[in-house]
Amino acid sequence: MNVQNSTNNQPKYLNPYFGGVLLGLLVLLTVYITGRGLGASGAVKSAVVTTTETFAPDHARDNAYESKFVSDDHSPMYNWLVFESLGIFFGGLLSGLLFGRVKKFRTEHSPKITSKTRLIVALIGGVLFGIGSQFGRGCTSGAALSGSATFAFGGVLVMLTIFGSAYAFAYFFRKLWI
Amino acid sequence: MGPLIPNGFIPGDWNFVIAILLGIAFGFILEASGFSSSRNITGVFYGYNFVVLRVFFTAVIVAMVGLLYFDYFGWIDLAKIFILPTYLGPMLVGSVIMGLGFILGGFCPGTSFTAIAIGKIDGLVFTVGLYLGIFIFAESFPLFADFYNSGNMGNVTLTDVTGIAAPWFALAFTFIALAAFWGTMFIEKRVRKNIKEYKF
Repeated sequence: MNVQNSTNNQPKYLNPYFGGVLLGLLVLLTVYITGRGLGASGAVKSAVVTTTETFAPDHARDNAYESKFVSDDHSPMYNWLVFESLGIFFGGLLSGLLFGRVKKFRTEHSPKITSKTRLIVALIGGVLFGIGSQFGRGCTSGAALSGSATFAFGGVLVMLTIFGSAYAFAYFFRKLWI
Repeated sequence: MGPLIPNGFIPGDWNFVIAILLGIAFGFILEASGFSSSRNITGVFYGYNFVVLRVFFTAVIVAMVGLLYFDYFGWIDLAKIFILPTYLGPMLVGSVIMGLGFILGGFCPGTSFTAIAIGKIDGLVFTVGLYLGIFIFAESFPLFADFYNSGNMGNVTLTDVTGIAAPWFALAFTFIALAAFWGTMFIEKRVRKNIKEYKF
């Protein structure tokens, strides 16, 4: 395994092309086994629907969007993407432990901004990504990666538009990162 | 014979076990590639770290070419795999919102889960944001339900839309990726010389 070494105890990461081959093979394996790709935002959607169903069951059934994901036989958490996303967390933990990156809670940010700024912006970014992923029928995993890999027109569309618009916005938010 | 579960080669009971195992592999690869760090991820937009482009493009071309081989050898029935439906307008708008969320948040949903796993508070806050965003979307859904359902082109592939066979797209993506890998190598070197805020 080719591991990139860097100065002053910076984390060691896989060679990106090796990581990419592994990820591509994983998408292929996932499609081969399940007939669909990987995902991530769907699990958060299930969590939202579950919360509404728990605290306001009638409301969840009345809501034109959430009612699509409510079922009488089982909880919305009993869903492929929820289990897969639990796996993402544990897989991340495993890799973090293996490469020595699991440390006490911390906030990563550019030295030009404070932790507080970073967290406020991360929250806003999350809200926007959450809203956008519903219109986009998936996020970078489900739509952009798995969609493109299966030659779906919408997948390539989402991939190009997410990255294209992020490049267009990047200049205005450069103080957050560099 | 594939896809295995839809074709009944693996019983449906195994679905969730497989989901967790595939998820673990996914999370491991994301974290090990450096995607648990928002500053690694956003490097692609400022030229100081192209790891996202390298991993993402490599993965797409490996999976694309792999699927074509699987189809060629008769291992998978491409007619039975899920094709993401295209809703033209909503997808474009959603992706622009996601692009803005990406540059602000520094994560996408999957990568933020791995960031939480190694103790990043910004990853946790981003995920809370995702939850709030989807909640806001669901609660205000009636306002834009018509737009959400507009532009439905069905479950179309690149071939359905353009009439060009899939292998040509795989070939084109491969060439674009190789050109991008080569070009960004020089950009990265130049940008890194002038950046002091980020340690490599």
